[in-house]
Amino acid sequence: MKNEALFRYLLRLGDDSLILGQRLAEWCGHGPILEEDIAMTNISLDLIGQAMSLLDYAGVIEGKDRNCDKLGLLRYEKEYVNVLLVEQPNGDFGDTIMRQFLFDAFRKPLYERLVNSSDKQLAAIADKSLKETRYHLKHSSEWVIRLGDGTEESHERVQNSLDTLWRYADELFYTDEVEAKLTVEGILPDLSGIKAEWESTVKYVFSEATLEIPVNNWKFEGGRKGRHSEHFGHLLSELQYMQRAYPNMEW
Amino acid sequence: MVSKEQIYNWLEEVSDPEIPVLSVIDLGVVRDAQIIDGDWLITITPTYSGCPAMKTMEEDILSKLKDKGIDSAKVEMVLAPAWSTDWLSENGRVKLHEYGIAPPEHEVDKSVLFAEPTVVPCPKCHSRNTRMVSQFGSTACKALYQCNDCQEPFDYFKCLK
Repeated sequence: MKNEALFRYLLRLGDDSLILGQRLAEWCGHGPILEEDIAMTNISLDLIGQAMSLLDYAGVIEGKDRNCDKLGLLRYEKEYVNVLLVEQPNGDFGDTIMRQFLFDAFRKPLYERLVNSSDKQLAAIADKSLKETRYHLKHSSEWVIRLGDGTEESHERVQNSLDTLWRYADELFYTDEVEAKLTVEGILPDLSGIKAEWESTVKYVFSEATLEIPVNNWKFEGGRKGRHSEHFGHLLSELQYMQRAYPNMEW
Repeated sequence: MVSKEQIYNWLEEVSDPEIPVLSVIDLGVVRDAQIIDGDWLITITPTYSGCPAMKTMEEDILSKLKDKGIDSAKVEMVLAPAWSTDWLSENGRVKLHEYGIAPPEHEVDKSVLFAEPTVVPCPKCHSRNTRMVSQFGSTACKALYQCNDCQEPFDYFKCLK
């Protein structure tokens, strides 16, 4: 393998995009209004497209003839390294929007830094994806405000979404020897400012939305190490069904 | 010997499968055409990461070249520099407008949160009194608008930079 740390890092980015894209795709035909049905599936399409670029490139770095389809659809559960946040069930519309907002507020500053990666292909993927992510963040933050500062019921429900999902947010900032090695190699630019930027975005949007950040400090993590929540196997069974039932089928 | 200009002329006949009024040249996704090891290599770039039309465009380009007698062309997809709506040709903007899709305004919708979104004139009655219905529309590259004067609902080919 050319660069194992880079391969693993690309899987992290790619799996986050793929799994959240798959979750959003579950909304197809079930959106609360037609416009949101279309919006969520558009965002899903962007994320799955980003996952294809990231996983294809991971396959090139790995050098074992695996493309985005093989990596995306034929790994076992423990080999996926997405954060737990993105695999959480859709719940109601507020849960989906809150999950999306916590993620988008992280992805935008991340891509803004990755465009400066010394790795040309990673920088190109980040540049392409950043343009899309700006639209996603605008969409999700507007909805968080509209629901939070909306009716009594919408406020209560989206506050519950925040209370439930907050404990998964910290894992977005998980780093280990993979990031450390890539930083030393100059492939990753300095990513240290991302958390502060994320915090400032979420605090601003939550204050506009009249939502309270939970005081509970219990945090969940494990996705980056391949330890997933009980929901993940069900998600994979749907995601992988066609390739498992009809190996090597092409669309 | 076929020239690059000739190749580009032929590609003017290949249309975007989702917005058939635009050719792949108008759309600005064709980045280069060159001969590598004796075969034409056409370089294209995606509009959006997940745009499902890209694969069709790739196949349509190859089939068009085949019709013109070039059997062994290849299409390569590159990401950098990233496509933006600035790559859309002037001709493409005119065609979009005539087709009833508002062409991209020259700036991204910067409206943060509840500020006013970009003003997009109605492609039917030209009124500037329109409203955004949704940032996301029938394809990845479009937003949904409606004209408050003539009531026409229309697609806006949204600015991407």
